[in-house]
Amino acid sequence: MGATISNSTDALPSDVTASTAPPALKSSPQHSLTFSLPDKPLIVIEPNRTWSSHDLIDLWAYRELLYFLIWRDVKVRYKQAVLGVFWVVLQPLMTTLIFTIFLGYLARIPTSGIPYPLLVYAGILPWTFFSAAVITSGNSLVGNAHLITKVYFPRLIVPMAAVGARLVDFAIAFLILIGMMIYYHVPVGWNIVMLPGLIVLNTLLALGASFLLSAINVKYRDIGAALPVVIQFWVYVSPVLYPTSLVPPKWQSLYMLNPLVGIIEGFRSSILNLSFNWMALGISIAFTAAVLICSAYVFRRVEKSFADVI
Amino acid sequence: MKPIIKVENVSKRYFIGAREVGPQTWRKRLTGVVSSPFKSIRAQLNSSRETIWALKEINFEVEPGEILGIIGHNGAGKSTLLKLLSRITEPTTGRIELYGRLGSLLEVGTGFHPELTGRENVYLNGAILGMKRSEIDRQFDEIVAFAEIEKFLDTPVKHYSSGMYMRLAFAVAASLEPEILVVDEVLAVGDAEFQKKCLGKMGEISKQGRTILMVSHNMPSIINLCQRAILLSGGKSIAAGHPAEVVQSYLSIVRSASGEVIWPDPAQAPGNETVRLHAVRVIQEELGGPTADVDISKETLIQLIYWNLQDGALLYPAIWLRDQMGTYVLSSSNHKSVSLTEDAWNKSPYPTGLFQSVCRIPANFLNEGQYSVTAIVGKAPFDTQILEDYVLTFRVHDTGEMRKEYFGAWVGTVRPRLAWHTEHLRPDVGAIESAD
Repeated sequence: MGATISNSTDALPSDVTASTAPPALKSSPQHSLTFSLPDKPLIVIEPNRTWSSHDLIDLWAYRELLYFLIWRDVKVRYKQAVLGVFWVVLQPLMTTLIFTIFLGYLARIPTSGIPYPLLVYAGILPWTFFSAAVITSGNSLVGNAHLITKVYFPRLIVPMAAVGARLVDFAIAFLILIGMMIYYHVPVGWNIVMLPGLIVLNTLLALGASFLLSAINVKYRDIGAALPVVIQFWVYVSPVLYPTSLVPPKWQSLYMLNPLVGIIEGFRSSILNLSFNWMALGISIAFTAAVLICSAYVFRRVEKSFADVI
Repeated sequence: MKPIIKVENVSKRYFIGAREVGPQTWRKRLTGVVSSPFKSIRAQLNSSRETIWALKEINFEVEPGEILGIIGHNGAGKSTLLKLLSRITEPTTGRIELYGRLGSLLEVGTGFHPELTGRENVYLNGAILGMKRSEIDRQFDEIVAFAEIEKFLDTPVKHYSSGMYMRLAFAVAASLEPEILVVDEVLAVGDAEFQKKCLGKMGEISKQGRTILMVSHNMPSIINLCQRAILLSGGKSIAAGHPAEVVQSYLSIVRSASGEVIWPDPAQAPGNETVRLHAVRVIQEELGGPTADVDISKETLIQLIYWNLQDGALLYPAIWLRDQMGTYVLSSSNHKSVSLTEDAWNKSPYPTGLFQSVCRIPANFLNEGQYSVTAIVGKAPFDTQILEDYVLTFRVHDTGEMRKEYFGAWVGTVRPRLAWHTEHLRPDVGAIESAD
């Protein structure tokens, strides 16, 4: 980098832009107009507006901010950690190891021939993404209060970025899964084509939950405290550490009401080429759609008060 | 001329009191219901919570290329207005129309992350302010040059000095290219050099035809930069028009009763059996009453009113002025050799009764800032009878008469207007050339 500091005041950033605009007298601003005003206002600020196509256009216009916020979250998290990205895979790996020892070798959970570490890891992967995404994004609006009170942007970007950052972690942890599949000589079957769809579904469910929880958390901070507790409980009613087949038949239909059952079981099926539980998957899709619509509506209703309440 | 900003009947209400302000927990509400069920339920049902109108029926229009200043004291609604325009919060009633892209700068360095490097923060901050990545790429070198941080571009900003941090943050913000720029008190930070740079930049931005709305407590910059100003007070717009006039009305409303101290009961007043204080006042003649806020470009009068209780005493009144740091700015007394004017009483014995002495501090003499007055009455030659420290304070406001060229901080305890004279001594520069 050149260290020429002297005289840099002469090179003001606007020297370039100024040349595109004619100079103007202070007393006659109308002469300096370099653009013509539109007939209709670009932006109308009024109370109680509802969703409109304009909001979606706005969201699209700010897509680069989404990228930068994700990038910031990922970058800051590993900036000072010596092991860096390794931490992303360490957590699911340790969990897999522990459960392999306790449930796989000691309790001997029936896995119908699939290596238990692989079975568990295939469940832990989507689960870790979902739980981490929901917890971090639940606190995301509160954590970015300094932005919300100082600058405008579509507020949905904030929980979206929190989920997005976890998606990056997910991608890294996924590499381990590929390694394990090679190690255990598990062939890839046709069911793998379902995998992208399942990842999208998992992400959408996480987004839906995030919109709702982060918005409520702005006013009721109980959410931030309650989330880890709920998540801790939720893991046991989801097919993370065991296959769904282990659940007694009479409880199966109740069990499937958990939207994560279809997603996690589907994830496992597509990777290990097992048959899909379409019933559970259908419930997951319906549930995700409902949560997304409701939470986006709630978010929109309360977002205008964020800056006043946060 | 068609306006670029149209603000119609805009009001903003905030709820104050337990229910709406700040986060709360279910537990608090639950314990409230348990401990005092009726009160709590009534509170839930009673919708007439305490409210405050931060803004009330604001109307104005701004023409393209105009710089509009918004002034008022703290809590007048200035920041709320900027927040509404910036879409950070929504109005309770009314309508705002913007006929151009609006960029807002309510704080310098919003979203800067201490762990990230200068380079990374330029991109992050730019994105937060609504810039496209390509725009930032294009302006990157200029931003860095303006901030003067070339050497530290890849250092995390947590290691920056506060000056470097501010410069970088302002440089990013200054590269925003919206048609409307909203700025809140950014000029209040940074050193004199930085403020000068910022103000220069604002002038340039408006020359490019962009519209600026600025909130500032810096009256000279309002007067010199803006074409128009609006005065807010208690959420209402109470004056609008030529900046110098609006600043004048601002100074006349901030004028408070605290420009005066009176002891109605002589027995309680500072003093002794010889003299007792009655009142001390700070006055500017045009205002017709005491004021705690004075205009730098006008004479300031310190008025001492005191009782003489001992017939035939030779008295002298005196004052000290101290600045905010407690440094003595001046001391003056009504002794014959000290006073600039003839005053019969500075050599004659006082009969009993109430006296008033006035000390005139010239216009364009004190600097901007807060001053405190010490009131003194003594018996000649130098026998102090009353010495009341910090009887009252007043603030000197710069109204821009000496601010046509320079807008930054003005160092000095005083700022007298002094005579300057320059002469051209010789035309050749031979002496310097031969020295090389």
